[in-house]
Amino acid sequence: MTTQETSVISVKDLDFYYGEAQALFGIDLEIPKNKVTAFIGPSGCGKSTFLRCLNRMNDLVGDTTVEGKILLDGVTDVNDKDLDPIRLRRRIGMIFQKSNPFPKSIYENVVYGLRIAGVKDKKVLDEIVESSLKRAALWDEVKDRLNATALGLSGGQMQRLCIARAIAVKPEILLMDEPCSALDPKSTAHIEDLIADLRGEYSIIIVTHNMQQASRVSDYTAFFFEGKLVEFGHTDHLFTKPTEKQTEDYITGRFG
Amino acid sequence: MRLHIHKAIEKLNARILEMGAMVEENLKAAVVAYESFDVDEARILIKKDKHINEMEIDIEEDCLKILALYQPVAIDLRRIVSVLKINNELERINDFVVNLAERVIALSHFGQVKIEFDLAGMAEKAQVMLAKSLDSFIRLDTKTARQVLILDDEVDDMHKEVYKIVETQIQKNPEKIEILIQFPSISRYLERIADLACNIAEDVIYLADGDIVRHRSFDEI
Repeated sequence: MTTQETSVISVKDLDFYYGEAQALFGIDLEIPKNKVTAFIGPSGCGKSTFLRCLNRMNDLVGDTTVEGKILLDGVTDVNDKDLDPIRLRRRIGMIFQKSNPFPKSIYENVVYGLRIAGVKDKKVLDEIVESSLKRAALWDEVKDRLNATALGLSGGQMQRLCIARAIAVKPEILLMDEPCSALDPKSTAHIEDLIADLRGEYSIIIVTHNMQQASRVSDYTAFFFEGKLVEFGHTDHLFTKPTEKQTEDYITGRFG
Repeated sequence: MRLHIHKAIEKLNARILEMGAMVEENLKAAVVAYESFDVDEARILIKKDKHINEMEIDIEEDCLKILALYQPVAIDLRRIVSVLKINNELERINDFVVNLAERVIALSHFGQVKIEFDLAGMAEKAQVMLAKSLDSFIRLDTKTARQVLILDDEVDDMHKEVYKIVETQIQKNPEKIEILIQFPSISRYLERIADLACNIAEDVIYLADGDIVRHRSFDEI
């Protein structure tokens, strides 16, 4: 990260365990604000586990232990026992590998988080539905059928709906766990365009197995291997002249 | 694990080395032809350029295919970029070999004339630079590549010296101007070949370290 940039999440000496098994080892990382950061690495390297630490999704898995610190904007301790994970996840939205719209209308999917937060004003909800769907580049395709079921959308549209749903609650950070792995090349290009468009307004962290995707969409890349952060740096630098031999071997397909 | 891309790169490597060896041979043959006033050999060398030109195009197409099909990154990407450039430099070196051969033919019209300067010695320096630059590419050896850059100053100085010698000779024997002006051309071709060998050495430094060292003074490299 360059010195001019501020970090949105500061991770300090993070260890993570599933039961007795340690999955992450002493991760130190400053995630830049309003930039796209990609996490890459072979299966089982800990990148998704690490992503899920950032909004405490691992709380849902029993018998896990976190050591070290994750600070949001340098102040909020993500693992503070008094911090409500639901409120945390309103600040840190998440998009999953398989799009997971609720079996409700397109409209109700987008306003779901707002309704939970107690927003009732129809005018406010209408405005947010329109702006979120526009932001997710889906508005033109669905504006005439907002009350139709979300389950009738294509895979790519469903994923964009999930992005609209995530940004409707105005998060600061969007975590994306392989958001395009189930999509065809055209829908993938659509999501990648959207990521480029959202950059600057949101801090986006994307886990991807597709290295070309990491190099296309991200400003920064972190390479994980065997639970450790091997290298973190500007994406253009990491893909042309990586500092670590392990990074070079992985991205050039010499192992992994 | 050997991926398709690595097989394609190995093949590409073999081809650029084959081209390098041919250009090196051609340069040697041109110097021998100059030394021995061998017009026949000079004519053969001019004909051989066609093959080098064809190789250049084939290698460039191979590079473009690898870029399009495999989207190489890191050392693989740097290797393709380096091969693209070295390919171009070798082709241009061979053009200068052709120019040397043409001077051999031109000089033959005047009988067996030479100047008071060791042009063969200068040619040998240029040959060593080319050989070392290709060697540094094979072994990914930046130390050897840097030696090439040092040698370039010596060749530049020799080129300047040839100019001075020819200038004095023309003043003494103005009637021989037509013959004498052939020699600065020869030394100019050798000096350009040395420059191109330096470019290859710089490409090798980029390949190995990822640093672009062109347009820097030697102390900075």
